[in-house]
This record gives sequence, structure tokens and C-alpha cells, in this order.
Amino acid sequence: MPKFRKPNLRRISASPVLVTFFAVALGLVVGAIVIVVTSTPVLDAWRGIFHSWGAPGHAINMTFNHVGAAYRDMFTGSIIDPQTFWHALTSGKGWPAAMTPISETLTYATPLVIASIGVGICFQTGIFNIGANGQAIIGGIAGTAVGAFVHLPTIFLIPITLASGIAGGMLAGAIPGLLKAWTGAHEVIVTIMLNYVIANFLIFTLLSTSLQLPGQQNDLSRTLRPGAILAPIFGASTGLRVNYGVFIAIGVVVFAWWFLERSSLGFEYRVSGANPNAARVSGIKPRRVVIGVFLISGGLSGLAGITQVAGTTHYIDGGFLIGNAGIGFTAITVALLGRNRPMGIVWGSLLFAALGVGGRSMQAATGIPLDLATVIQSAVVLFVATPALVKELFRLRATSTSAVQLATQGWSS
Amino acid sequence: MRVELRAITKRFGSFTANDEISVTVEPGQIHCLLGENGAGKSTLMNVLFGLLHPDDGQILIDGEPVLFTNSGEAVRAGIGMVHQHFMLVPVFSVAENVVLGFEPTKSFDRVDHAKANQSIRDASERFGLAVDPEAIVEDLPVGIQQRVEILKALNHNAELLILDEPTAVLTPQEIDALMEIMRSLKSAGKSILFISHKLREVREISDVITVIRQGRVVGTAQPTDSEAQLASMMVGRDVILTVEKEAREPGDTVLEIRDLVVRDDRGLAAVDGVTLDVHAGEIVALAGIQGNGQTELVEALAGVRRVESGTIMLGGRDLTNASPREMLDAGLGHVPEDRQRDGLVLSMTVADNLVLNTPRREPFAHRGTRRLGAVRENALNRIKDFDIRTESPNSLVSSLSGGNQQKVIVARELSRPLTVLVAAQPTRGLDVGSIEYVHRQMVHERNEGQGILVVSSELDEVLALGDRVAVMHKGRITGIVAPTTSRETIGLLMTGATVAEATHA
Repeated sequence: MPKFRKPNLRRISASPVLVTFFAVALGLVVGAIVIVVTSTPVLDAWRGIFHSWGAPGHAINMTFNHVGAAYRDMFTGSIIDPQTFWHALTSGKGWPAAMTPISETLTYATPLVIASIGVGICFQTGIFNIGANGQAIIGGIAGTAVGAFVHLPTIFLIPITLASGIAGGMLAGAIPGLLKAWTGAHEVIVTIMLNYVIANFLIFTLLSTSLQLPGQQNDLSRTLRPGAILAPIFGASTGLRVNYGVFIAIGVVVFAWWFLERSSLGFEYRVSGANPNAARVSGIKPRRVVIGVFLISGGLSGLAGITQVAGTTHYIDGGFLIGNAGIGFTAITVALLGRNRPMGIVWGSLLFAALGVGGRSMQAATGIPLDLATVIQSAVVLFVATPALVKELFRLRATSTSAVQLATQGWSS
Repeated sequence: MRVELRAITKRFGSFTANDEISVTVEPGQIHCLLGENGAGKSTLMNVLFGLLHPDDGQILIDGEPVLFTNSGEAVRAGIGMVHQHFMLVPVFSVAENVVLGFEPTKSFDRVDHAKANQSIRDASERFGLAVDPEAIVEDLPVGIQQRVEILKALNHNAELLILDEPTAVLTPQEIDALMEIMRSLKSAGKSILFISHKLREVREISDVITVIRQGRVVGTAQPTDSEAQLASMMVGRDVILTVEKEAREPGDTVLEIRDLVVRDDRGLAAVDGVTLDVHAGEIVALAGIQGNGQTELVEALAGVRRVESGTIMLGGRDLTNASPREMLDAGLGHVPEDRQRDGLVLSMTVADNLVLNTPRREPFAHRGTRRLGAVRENALNRIKDFDIRTESPNSLVSSLSGGNQQKVIVARELSRPLTVLVAAQPTRGLDVGSIEYVHRQMVHERNEGQGILVVSSELDEVLALGDRVAVMHKGRITGIVAPTTSRETIGLLMTGATVAEATHA
């Protein structure tokens, strides 16, 4: 008797990449729901569906138009606007305008990639560095101090500025590293608390040291010397802000790939993260690993901070990396989204940057608040952190413990 | 109660774990399922207990077909299961654990402890299961905890008891006690399905033996069949159970332990003045009941536990309180007691695990960059030399069976130049084929002039491997004797007697 096979949706294997992809899709669905329930005209249309025959269709139309417009504006504002792009293509003019959205996204993604890689390396070592933001602030302060005062030609000044950013971040990272290694203090607590200390240290620096812009009462720093600035790749005249920091980020990604996949030290770090007991028995020194990974992660966070300053703002103020701009916090979620792998983090950073940049142009065009982007970002992370839910919703075949789960466990250790 | 499994088939994807297995357990019978790890014994038991659903086949109880969709239904039908890892609440008393979920109550729904305790005492008496109902479970030795599990099953009126590898965690004395309990349960009319791969026990206790290999029943055996016959049925080829070992003159002292004192996690002297030598070309077997300081001794040797006083000399160098790295570099080979906790990274590949403690050594790395080609080639060679059953060097170690995981560790340790090999419980949880393999490998190394310290709580292993047998009790060496010494004498040394007392008795 011939057997008929039921079409089995569960046959699609739940690879972590697929789960992440679906998580992003679900995040957008959640965003759409939020758009609908916060829009008065759409809600009114739904309230009126029993009033006339055409009303239900009208309500559905309204919904799709509204959500469609919002997401369209997000896309055209962060990736490319087909209209301006077509115009540039046909007329040969207006290329800067056509490239502005993608340039903005890359500008935002640059420091985010660097900071997220630092956090991801920590995660892979089984260490939770919640202090990336504070380390980035210290890196920004240290780098600005050098870049604003030192007189050197660009070829020397940029490396020195970046190096002091890295050194500042390493210094800030060394504190929780040393405390954990020698006293067993939990790095999560220490790094969270240090974030507050450092945020206040930033204000102190800007108000009471010579880093403050002369003649100013506000918390505003001097501007970097021109030689310390990471210039826009396409020149200042185009208005495209994407700068040479992109290449620093690419370098960091290559370094992280080598470090995690190819270096002996990275191998030992990963062993420590996956099984600390076996690591110790295998002769890996836990203290060295903790201190080392905090130096690397702190250094990268610091580099992220100074890249932000040297590439985009050129000065720091009291709002530097505070609140929504806290790339060190976003880095934690991006690392999670990218499953702590360099390329995953690149995609995660681009997504988060695009949502942020696109959210701004959506707010300008449709009046839907920028916070929607944050809602989508948060929803995506939530779905990534609950792979079982995504697998169930999309009926994916279960696989063994994914890296996402590994990254989200271990708070008790 | 008569339980019949008829042509049970269970598949996991393309893998057939149980292929038309039929087993019948008669009332009052001790029926043994004998098979290597991974043969499908546990799958079959999980099917019987309602935890897995068979793809094909039937379960009949007293001739009536039944279908369990969960373990609760199996329990109600009179089937009790004692898992390898106990399911007890450690901070509850024995009685509380046994009645959990079915508590006798007084007014206002209060638990009637007196009644619960009494029912335990009654059951203890009926089946010869001596347990204090008021004792707290976490204070009890493993053997007694197992009795609590059995009592729990009996409290649910189990007529058929499934014992899944019940002796794996027990001392020789506890095993004897368990055998007594099984006999008294049998005389009370209970049936027992006993899962094991330990031939001695199987022959001692079973009425009928069903041998399973690779998911199929390969035949039925009698307890009167020889161990060699059972082993060859189970493994599918002839197995040499005794380790061939010619006499060999021991060479220089490679490991010298002097008056060693090591504290355990609670700060007590777990190792309390141990002095022991291991020579080149010699296997010293350290016997003793689990928990008498062997674990701490090995940890001190490996450099992961601080030495309070005394010295450890490795190849003539004082390495007391050296770091694990220094110990490894000085040529200490270490097969840790808990391989998954201390010996492997389960989420990494076989190839990576084979270089776990030598990732920086040439040719596996050059100037801080790993040479993945060399790592892979090393893995391919080790997989071939040590017969590690794995799909590829890039398979995760977690996908390997316990025996093959152990082979990964043994292969890793034996493939670098060693001064001495310290192997803690090297065959725990392994099947006969793997045990045979590990034993032969160690004897081979010894014949090559390697000094080896084997720590084991399996008397069979100690007697088979050791050129000298040291017995440990409460942190001290109670005697160092020849492997020809009788089991009784060594058993007495294990409980603290001196050599004079033990040989006199």
C-alpha cells in the first residue's frame, strides 16, 4: 500500500539563523500592532465597522496603509529611497541624497559593531560585561583629551587618539576584571554600578577640568583637533557622514574572527566559557582569563567610544552615550542577537542602526514616535531570547541547544 | 503480574533504538535486560513506563493490551521505576519522600507523619528494606537513598519494579544488600526488571536474562552461562575479560606522595597523611569506597586542590601545590573522575577536545594562531588509533556515547609524553567492550614502562589491573597488598581494618 506523506512543516530545521530571522519578522509584527493600537484614525475606523457596509474594508485598508507607510518610511529612511535612487541613476545627479539613508545607518552601526564585538567576546568566555557603556565613556573621555590637546600630524594623531580610547576602556574594564579575579566579586553587579560612577565622572570631567570648552558653563568638551578626526569617506562636501571608522569596525570584526576561531588564547577563553571546570583541569588559569577578557572587552568598548567621538560628534557633552545613545547597552542586545559571533554581530548592528535611523525619518514623515523603533528592537531581542517560542510559532524542528540559549544562561555562575 | 512487551519498535528519526523487541516478565521473576550502553535498554524501559510511545508493538499486562500515554498511567497499572539518578527531595525525610503526592492526612489537611512513618516501617519490615523513616534524605548514603526510591515505588503498589542500572552508584557492600532486597521482593511475589551490563551481578541475581544488542534481542541466556558467554552475546564477539599481564620489574619511582594532607570543601582533612609511590612500568590500584578521600587526592595531584602539608614529587621534582599547567607540563596524565565535568567540553568538537590541554603546543599552534589542519590530522590519527566511534573529527563530543567520550580523554592523555598517568574511575559507566579496551590500553602503557595510578571503587577493576593494590579508608592508606589478596581481605581493609586484622579474620 502506498503511503502518503503528510506535508510536514516541522521538517524545516530550526537553525539559529532561521530563528533569528523569524524573531525579526515577529518583532515587526509586534511593531505593526503597536502602530495600529496607538493610531486614533485607525482605531476609529475599526470602531465604525458595524456602521456601514463598506466600513470593515475601510478599516482594513486604513490599517495596511498606516502600517505600510510607517515601515516604508523606515526603509527609505535607513536603506535606500527608490525615488531618489532612480533619479540619481537616470540623471547622474543627486547621488549624495540617494546615499544618505545607508550612510546614516553605517554611521550609527560603526561604533555599535565595535562595542558589541567586545561584549560578544565576553559572553563567549562566560563573562557578562554589562559595563561596556561605562568603558566606552571612559574611552571617549581619554581619546578626546588626547585628540583635543596634542599637536601632531594626522598620521600620528589618529592612532594615538584611538589608542588612548582603547587604553581608557581597558582601564575601566580592568576594575571589574581584577575584582572578580581576586575577590570573586560578581562582574554583573560591579559593572552595572560602575556605569553610574562613570556617568557621573563624565559630568565631573566636563564641568571641572580643562577638557571643558573654554568660556563655557555647560557640560561640553573642547572639540577634537582636525588631525584627530576620522574624516567622512566621501568628503565633507557630500554631506554623507559615513567615515573612516567603518574600516576600524571591519578591522575589529576580522580581529574578533581570528581571535575566537583561530587563536590559542581565544580557544582557551571559549573553553573557559563553555566549561570552567574542564578549563581549570586543562591548565587554563581562570584569573588570567577573567582579567584578560575584561581588558579586551574594555579596550574594544573604549575604541567604540572614541570612534563615535572622532567619527561623528567630534566633541563630548553630558549626554554622551547616555539614555537612548547608550551604545554599550545596545551592544549587549546586539551581541545576543548576533549569537556572539562576529558576522552575526555585524548583521545585528546594521539592523539596530537601521531601525534607529529609519525610526527618525518615520517620525518626521508620519508622526509615529521614534519609540516604535525601540519597541521593535526590544521585541526582536525578546523573541531571540525565547527560541522555543519562535520554534513553536513557526513549527520548526527542534535542534540541540543553540548558541542563543548558551548566551542567555549562566547568570547564577 | 505478568508483563509482556510484544515486538516493540521505537525509532528516533532514521535511527531504530528498539527493533521488534519482545520480553516477557513472569510474576515473581527477576528478569535481567543485559546490553551495552546504547543498546536500547533504557529506551525500552521508557516505553514500558509510558515516557516514550512505541512506533509499533504492544504492551500486555496479564494478557490485556495497555497503552500508557504518561508515567502516571504506568504507575497506576502497577509499574514502578527506580531511575539511575534518584528523584528525591533532599531536604525531606524518608517518609515525606515516600508519601509525596499521596500523603495520609489528619484533620485540617495536615500531613499525618505518624501514619506515614508507620507505613514505611511496615513496608521496611515486609521487604527487608531497613530505613529510618525520619532520617533526612540528603544525610543518607547512596545505597539507602536507593532503598527510599524502591519504597516509593512499593508505596504506589508496584507489582513490577524496573531497576535501571541500580548498582552503578553502589559500593560492593551496598550491592550485596541490594541483592538481598531484590530476593525478598521476589519472594513477596513482585517482579523485577533489572537493567545492567555488569555480568557478575546479572549472573548472581537473575532468573532469566534477555540480551539486547543494537536495538534487537539477540537471545535469552541462563544465569548459569559463563561470563564469557554472556559478554560475547552482549558485544557480538569474543571478549577477553581477564587482562593479560606478564610480570614486570618496576623501574624508577615516578610519583612520590609523602604524608599528604588535603582538605575537602568543608575544611576537613579528606586526605590525612597518605604516603604512596608509583614506579615506572607499574600499575598501582587505589581501592576504596567512594568518598574516602580518593577524589581529593587526585585533585591535589592534578593541581586543582591545595595541599595542606606533605609533598608530591613527580619524576624527582617537588611539585607540591604546583598549578594544573605545571603538573601537565611536568608530564602528569590525568583522566578525571567526572569526565563530563572536568575532562571534556561537551559543546566543542572531538578534534578540539583532543587538544584541550595542549592547544598552544606545536604543531597545534604557531605563534598564538591555531593550526587547525594539524588539530584535525591529530584527531584523525587518535580516532583511528583509539577506535573512537564518531562521525567525524568535527562532531560535538556530546554526540558520542559515554565509552567513546572516555576514549577521547584517554587518547588525549596518552598521546603526549607522560611521567605518570593518574586515572580516576576510568571505566565508570562504560560498557564491557569499552572497559576491555581501556584496561588493555593501560596495561599496554604499563608494559611500555609507564607508571600508572588507577583509582577505582570497582573491586574487579582493582584486582584485574593492579600490580600493587593500595586501599584507602577515611583519608588514610589502610594497606598495600598484592592483587592476589582475597576479596574479603580487601573488603575489610576498605572498611578500616589494618592488614594484620584483615588477614587474620
